[in-house]
Amino acid sequence: MQAFEYVAATSVTQAVSLLKERGEQARVLSGGTDLLVQLKEGRRYASLLIDIKPIPEVNELSYSPETGLRIGAAVPCFHLSNQAAIRQAYPGLIDAVALIGGVQIQGRATLGGNLSNASPAADSIPALIVHHAVCDIAGPAGRRELAVERFCTAPGKNALDVGEFLVAIRVPPPPAHFGAAYLRFIPRNEMDIAVVGAAASVTLNKQGDIILSGRIALGAVAPTPLLAEEAGAALAGRPADAEMIEQVARIAQHAARPITDMRGTAAQRKHLAYVLTRRVLEHAIERARTTT
Amino acid sequence: MSKTLVQARINGEEVAFVCEPNQTLLEVLRNTLGLTGTKEGCSNGNCGACNVILDGVLVNSCLVLAVEVAGKSVTTVEGIAGPNGLHPIQQKFLEHAALQCGICTPGFIVAAKALLDHNPHPTEEEARRWLAGNLCRCTGYDKIVRAVLAAAEVLQAAPAT
Repeated sequence: MQAFEYVAATSVTQAVSLLKERGEQARVLSGGTDLLVQLKEGRRYASLLIDIKPIPEVNELSYSPETGLRIGAAVPCFHLSNQAAIRQAYPGLIDAVALIGGVQIQGRATLGGNLSNASPAADSIPALIVHHAVCDIAGPAGRRELAVERFCTAPGKNALDVGEFLVAIRVPPPPAHFGAAYLRFIPRNEMDIAVVGAAASVTLNKQGDIILSGRIALGAVAPTPLLAEEAGAALAGRPADAEMIEQVARIAQHAARPITDMRGTAAQRKHLAYVLTRRVLEHAIERARTTT
Repeated sequence: MSKTLVQARINGEEVAFVCEPNQTLLEVLRNTLGLTGTKEGCSNGNCGACNVILDGVLVNSCLVLAVEVAGKSVTTVEGIAGPNGLHPIQQKFLEHAALQCGICTPGFIVAAKALLDHNPHPTEEEARRWLAGNLCRCTGYDKIVRAVLAAAEVLQAAPAT
């Protein structure tokens, strides 16, 4: 592996000042399951790794029905999917988190890293978007928040400025009669990268037959994970029935602008965007009907 | 780059070693500490041959920097057997002939240990899912899964210390 220096940062301030001082030469190390592979293969370069795991704040995982979920950027996936209350409140997110790698990857890999790595095919990002998640970012000018759908800017690129890093992801508490789901297509059962991923969330009325609001987000069909805004807008006020699902899935499909690569052709991905949107919407509605 | 002194607990013993910041835990285990039971397969997190248990969590040692384990506890395949001989997982791997070439075996044994620590009564599906991050290119998965489930039964009858 290329040579670099290593610093175990113990505070947000220390990490920010090192990041500012070293600029593009410095990389934040969290779980390392993407970064160390990229450094080994020469796909990224760093002269300094700043390990943020020793910072107490970035290890915090907290949830309450009043304030919602806060996931420190260094919390491994394994800890998230193990908590029943979080599974129940954020089902779309847990669908996605549970799909990321095998157990030994889950033991290290973090949502903060999945987001910062900004892969168009990242499983967690469409799910975070439909759960209205927000990035808590620290930098030389202090803290700022940014909606997850605005965080990724290009494949492997994100909205962080020099000196900034992702401290935590904040997910608001779900409203009543809320449901969400994430699905991806891969050519095998497990351990693969999404050909297309789709996430949906819906909030239903008390009777469970009308959608009050919802969101659709797609992965691996654009340079960044995509919030399908028109599809989401088309959900609001509509009956939660097959006709609506069909129409919204077609709108989401229209928003997809995929490329052809080793994992699939653009035409296949267009088709998958439609099929997966239909299925996740059905699933999200079903879940919304069974929650209180 | 400056060498770093790292102190960690490896297989129950306090160990100190010196490493470069860019050395993985896998490299240090094998080349510095002589613990060659942990195998290098793909070195990019796909195959599970280098699995170790780090503070109770199953990880790929090829994707952990050696400097990251300062103050932590590591269990390698050398730390699985008890003072009185093979661990039931190892014994069942032998009885079920759950290995051919053997390169993947330490990773599977460590992963199986982590599974049974976490879930002492796995179903076959749970065991297969847990072991999905370990590759065996001799395609011996059925025997491996049978060995792990048989070890779970032994451990339920008489838990290993």
